[in-house]
Amino acid sequence: MERPLGLAVLILLGCFYLVALFADFISPYTPPDQSLQKTYHPPTALFWENGRLHVQRYELADPDDMVYRKIEGEGAPVRFFARGHDYRLMGLIPTDRHLFLVDEPDRIYLLGSDETGRDNFSRLLYGARISLSIGLVGIAIIMVFGFLAGGLAGYFGGIWDNLTMRFIELVMAVPGLYLLLVLRGTFPDELSPGQTFFLIVIILSFLAWGGTARIIRGMTLSLRNRQFVMAAEVLGQSPLKIVGKHILPNVFSYLVVAASLSIPAFILGEAALSFLGLGIQEPSASWGLMLSQAQDMKVFMLNFWWLLLPGAAIFVTVIAFNVLGDVFRDIVDPKQKFLNR
Amino acid sequence: MKTVIARRLIALIPMLLGITFMATMLMHLAPGDFLDQVRMQRDADPEYIERLEREFGLDNPWYVQYFLWLKNVVPWDLRSDFGYSFHYKVDVWELLGQRLPATILLSVTSLAFAWVIAIPLGVLAAIYKDSIFDRISSILAYAALSIPEFFLALLALFFAARTGLFPLGGFTSTEFEFMSPVRRFFDVAHHLILPTIVVGIGSIASIMRIMRANFIDNIRSEYVTTARAKGVPEGIVMFRHVFRNAINPLITAAGFAFSSIVSGALMVEIVMNYPGIGHMIFHAILQQDQFVVLGALVMSSTMLILGNLLADIALAWNDPRIRYD
Repeated sequence: MERPLGLAVLILLGCFYLVALFADFISPYTPPDQSLQKTYHPPTALFWENGRLHVQRYELADPDDMVYRKIEGEGAPVRFFARGHDYRLMGLIPTDRHLFLVDEPDRIYLLGSDETGRDNFSRLLYGARISLSIGLVGIAIIMVFGFLAGGLAGYFGGIWDNLTMRFIELVMAVPGLYLLLVLRGTFPDELSPGQTFFLIVIILSFLAWGGTARIIRGMTLSLRNRQFVMAAEVLGQSPLKIVGKHILPNVFSYLVVAASLSIPAFILGEAALSFLGLGIQEPSASWGLMLSQAQDMKVFMLNFWWLLLPGAAIFVTVIAFNVLGDVFRDIVDPKQKFLNR
Repeated sequence: MKTVIARRLIALIPMLLGITFMATMLMHLAPGDFLDQVRMQRDADPEYIERLEREFGLDNPWYVQYFLWLKNVVPWDLRSDFGYSFHYKVDVWELLGQRLPATILLSVTSLAFAWVIAIPLGVLAAIYKDSIFDRISSILAYAALSIPEFFLALLALFFAARTGLFPLGGFTSTEFEFMSPVRRFFDVAHHLILPTIVVGIGSIASIMRIMRANFIDNIRSEYVTTARAKGVPEGIVMFRHVFRNAINPLITAAGFAFSSIVSGALMVEIVMNYPGIGHMIFHAILQQDQFVVLGALVMSSTMLILGNLLADIALAWNDPRIRYD
């Protein structure tokens, strides 16, 4: 409990992951569920009447400026644990219970609706799944490649070392987003949502593995002259075994920290690609994709501020991972061996 | 010093060759090419398509195309030919000439903005370490580091639309052509304010943190004690002694900051419709306008590497103890 900030952030992220895991239970609607009569609906008010929670009913006062007005005294009761659309809880248990719902034709928009009347709240929850998982999948890839490339380059030295390091420099010499766009342009536009997700992870890993590989290489260079490594060599162990059994345990904590420091880059990279329309495609939900809707002049002029909420979600998540990364780094490396980025 | 600069410039060449070679290969892995769009049109004349293919060497394998491109780019007769933009129907060199100054301008103003804000904040945070000011500024630094540029750009546009104080994107007003030079200057400056702030904010945080850490390290060193002991006023100790020593690593950091600025500018250019090379490469990739992509990659990488080189030169100029050899 020496690091209250780290603990607080860990709890916050834990809540986020839980919410993302149970997104289909908590959210009243599916991401593509439209309601064309209720576009750009503001967040619905809730009120208490006859011992039950009610959702305020609205009428469209001005269809040109999308102004909704409350109908005083009218509302629809909110039903908890009600039956809605079918889904599989955690991908396993088929069920149709939802945390809260209202009867059609009324709709509950906790955080407003978008240009086709889809529920912003539900889409935020489904989008969280992508943003929260992409970093974890990404660092798993970077850890494997960063360790293999860095460890082998550092251990063998010579031409392998040279080739690997020159290649990393080449990748780093191009401004990140430029390379990201060129790489994305290499693949076809129309892919299934799963394929797109993995494509984005792989492209972002390709951009990020270099930094990790460099740190691991530096550490391997100093480790390979240590006595226990030399002893293993004298005993005739194969290089792969030495790298895996003797070097890996010594660099593992650094590997985890170096990789976890790049989680924000994954979240931001996915959001940027989806924002540009090159990532996750409609009707799936992703925070970057949702923000691209907010580029509409109508949104600015008529002040549909709730459409900017996905940006706030990205912001909070990235800040949490940045803080967490710094706390981990302090624990593993109190003397700050890493370059101050 | 001159040999160092020359060596760094020469090292640029294999780097650029590698980048463009990689980019050409990647673009040919992409399904279809620009001509597919022409072929899709029902009334397209096959002869016309054939002529286009021949002109741009598109019937050759990609590595032959790459060497054709390279042959044209290398300035044998003191003139580079970066090819032709299929989409904009102009020379790529001409297009770059229009777009590159806008991006360089934005990068330089953003870097300057970041420095002007970050250095005083970093110094103050170091002098008043652990004070409430230090705490607040470090929280703000985290926030600035974590906010995506495109979201900040959206917020800036939202702000501009709500208040009407700033133009909604672009580089100049529509009536720019009819303005006097002085009004032109102010027009560009007016358009530049929001993008500069948006791109600069991300770098403020990292510069500030480095400045604070260096300043604290230097305050603790012995020469500060000596200076104080012999009765030098505190202000002079801080600014003549500590400041000049603490700013060194920052100059190197400016090179790194430049990299994130060039990258960050890309999103801001797209969102705020600012006609720089980031805006250009995005549309070129969508249109598979390969010569434009290659040209933009060459320019942005060169900018980055030159930025780092300039930072090294500035470092040697500020600190005579540093020798490159």
